[in-house]
Amino acid sequence: MKSKWIITMALVLTCFASPGAWAGSLKVDGSTTVLPIAQKVTEAFMKEFPEVSISISGGGSGNGIKALIDGTADIADSSRFIKDEEVKLAVEKGAYPVPFAIAYDCIVPVVNSGNSAGNLTLDQLKAIYMGKIRNWKEVGGPDAEIVVISRDTSSGTYEVWEEKVMKKERVYAGALLQASNGAIAQVVSKNKNALGYLGIGYVDKNVKALTVNGIAGNEETTLNGTFPIARPLFMFTRGWPSGDALKFINYVMNPQKGQKYVKEAGFVPLY
Amino acid sequence: MINSRQKKERFIRFFFLFAASISILVLSMILLFLFVEGAPIFGKISVTSFIFGREWYPTSSPPDFGILALLAASIAVTVLSAAISIPLGVMTAIYLAEIASARVREIAKPVVELLAALPSVVIGFFGMVVVAPFLQDNFEIATGLNLFNASLMLAFMSVPTICSISEDAIHSVPKDLKEASLALGATHWETIFRVIFPASLSGISTAVILGMSRAIGETMVVLMVAGGAAMVPTSIFNPVRPMPASIAAEMAEAPFRSDHYHALFAIGIVLFLFTMLFNLVADYVAQKHKQVGAATL
Repeated sequence: MKSKWIITMALVLTCFASPGAWAGSLKVDGSTTVLPIAQKVTEAFMKEFPEVSISISGGGSGNGIKALIDGTADIADSSRFIKDEEVKLAVEKGAYPVPFAIAYDCIVPVVNSGNSAGNLTLDQLKAIYMGKIRNWKEVGGPDAEIVVISRDTSSGTYEVWEEKVMKKERVYAGALLQASNGAIAQVVSKNKNALGYLGIGYVDKNVKALTVNGIAGNEETTLNGTFPIARPLFMFTRGWPSGDALKFINYVMNPQKGQKYVKEAGFVPLY
Repeated sequence: MINSRQKKERFIRFFFLFAASISILVLSMILLFLFVEGAPIFGKISVTSFIFGREWYPTSSPPDFGILALLAASIAVTVLSAAISIPLGVMTAIYLAEIASARVREIAKPVVELLAALPSVVIGFFGMVVVAPFLQDNFEIATGLNLFNASLMLAFMSVPTICSISEDAIHSVPKDLKEASLALGATHWETIFRVIFPASLSGISTAVILGMSRAIGETMVVLMVAGGAAMVPTSIFNPVRPMPASIAAEMAEAPFRSDHYHALFAIGIVLFLFTMLFNLVADYVAQKHKQVGAATL
């Protein structure tokens, strides 16, 4: 009787302890920007392929690529392209990193719906965020102070803004920093002199999207590369993917499957 | 028999010692963690340039970790909210304890205390969608998310604490004192101001400190309504970025064990030292004004 108990317990324990023994497992690490996409896609993927278990973490693009090079991750999410020295290090360790662009990130400047502004150039945006232009009348609006709203400096959205608009200059200290896209939308919709920026998935009818250099930010202008404040997002694999990693990447790229969740997460899908 | 009773006694004593030391142990472990995680930043920059540096750009390269603006914001928000909440809270307490009839008191006190039950995120949301647009429209200021709005919301949060504890302190002033004062010919107002108020001062200062420490450590409200601009305020309508808001907004995405991460923990240390200083001052005030004899609380 007692031995039967022990055998059952042992069986149960092995089932819990080592799913890897009878199922595939994937480790995904990297960018916090890509994290919402990775999470949504993974949920759907694991529903369809319950035999593959995937663990995701978001340690930042650099950490993700480092984990990929060290072999502690199978897939690295990244909001930037891999750097030369990282490629060199990876090749030294015998892993050739293969990039897959999985989505585009598009950031649109927004104002209150009662604001008459319609277009700003990249240079004007930069000057406003540096604190050089403080009044709407300097960019063709009414005589009112511009309330500059930015994201906190660790967010992926801020990163794009810094890279594409600020070009190494700093956002001036008087800018109001908000902790999420939702908070920016909220503040802009309540203040008629506010200027903020949002990931394209968060732009709704409560705020007014501005055109940049005369180009409206939408899926089309992002994908053909004409909208200036956009960037591709990547997943890197160790060498050309095989097995579960291949299955996962294919799932992410599938217009009916993974790409559907890209849009849900607030990003621009590839197709 | 005696032996076993002694054993039991010793066991109970040990059990209570254990229970009492758990919270101290937890506190010291959190402190240790705070200092271990915060200290490495001081290998990169000096303590003075950390505290008095005016630039807070933790993610640009090269980064700047100067928290003067955040520190000034925290102090400004706390002082301004105290300026609103202390008179309001203490006067409410005096009214409830000395002037109001028993029936009014029975209803009013729980209602004031109910204000403390409001989650801070609700108060923050109220400040964001109601008070901020109101300030923008009526005061001709650029943004309603500013020092004044945050202080007002924090004051709402500390009033119930200050009021409730002060009221208890005032209420527990012995009747003899009050009756003696009235018997000597003092008016009700003179009795309140000269006798009851001084007698309950140590309780009131405890109340004030508890209320203020709620204000200085409060995160959600300042994150939502203070505006978040990392600059030293020059007017009460400037947007500010107090220390807890900075930690909350940036911690989630600061890479683990990076300079930014350590700097955020160092801000936590500063915040801790701040509240500790606060408590010491409170202790000192409470001790100094402690009345002996019948008025001892």
